[in-house]
Amino acid sequence: MDAVPNREIADMKGAAALPRKNGELVFDEAWQGRIFGMTVAMSHDACFAWRNFQSHLIDEIGHAERGGESTSYYERWLHAFEQLLADKGLLDAGALDERTREFESGRRDDVF
Amino acid sequence: MSGTHEHGHHHREPESVLSLRVRALESLLVEKKLVSSEAVDRVVAAYEQDIGPHNGAKVVARAWIDPAYRARLLADGTAAIEELGFGGVDLQVVENTPGVHNLVVCTLCSCYPHALIGLPPVWYKSFEYRSRAVREPRVVLREFGVDLPETTEIRIWDSSAELRYLVLPERPAGTERLAEAELAKLVTRDAMIGVAVVKPPAAAAR
Repeated sequence: MDAVPNREIADMKGAAALPRKNGELVFDEAWQGRIFGMTVAMSHDACFAWRNFQSHLIDEIGHAERGGESTSYYERWLHAFEQLLADKGLLDAGALDERTREFESGRRDDVF
Repeated sequence: MSGTHEHGHHHREPESVLSLRVRALESLLVEKKLVSSEAVDRVVAAYEQDIGPHNGAKVVARAWIDPAYRARLLADGTAAIEELGFGGVDLQVVENTPGVHNLVVCTLCSCYPHALIGLPPVWYKSFEYRSRAVREPRVVLREFGVDLPETTEIRIWDSSAELRYLVLPERPAGTERLAEAELAKLVTRDAMIGVAVVKPPAAAAR
């Protein structure tokens, strides 16, 4: 059920641990909450096992840190999620690039 | 994973580009019916507001059914919760008895054993609760629906960054036959803060 937080997600440890402030989740910008919500909702619906996403996230964080990148936690999360969706055949990277351009140019303007 | 990182994150993208990309992603996933925006809303709300008192309830239920664990929990809370796989917090557990009721507050900020009982409720962080819990605990408890006899001693525990407190509530009457997992379901966050008592199953269902 969506309303009941999953401990496997809430209690992730180490580099993958969710950013918190005094125990509460921190989303610095709205899109961070959206990408978190999409990932969790899809795992609740069994599109993938949480541990699959978590291992993608850990790989992504490791890759970014080795490369000395200053990307934010949720930017890395986004990349990991895209990678997972591509691996599962659920998302075509080209389609996402195209859709992003549509939003950028104003041809699309759905608000979430 | 493939190990190839062709999506160009060798440089930091401006946030607006990320925001556009996430909107594009949501629009595609919704279109494919892989997710709904309502489900995303529900997830964000649930995780932002409360990760739940689940772990603390397990600790309490174990203490209720296992006297040896209860003794270890009261003697060294930190070590006893580690036995159940919970940690990351220095914890003292304080036990409610027929003559003593315990109440947890953090007068300075909002220190809270969130590894055990989730995120603090809004009122716990309010200046009003933080000041009145110490000044007039009996009145505050009555407002929460806990009406204690004058003879009951109320002990206030002021949490700090170094040490957190958890109330071990009294086990309600009529629960002798319940299994540990069923007992855990009766234990609420508020009871472990000390602003509620644990109700027997029939009353809890009401």
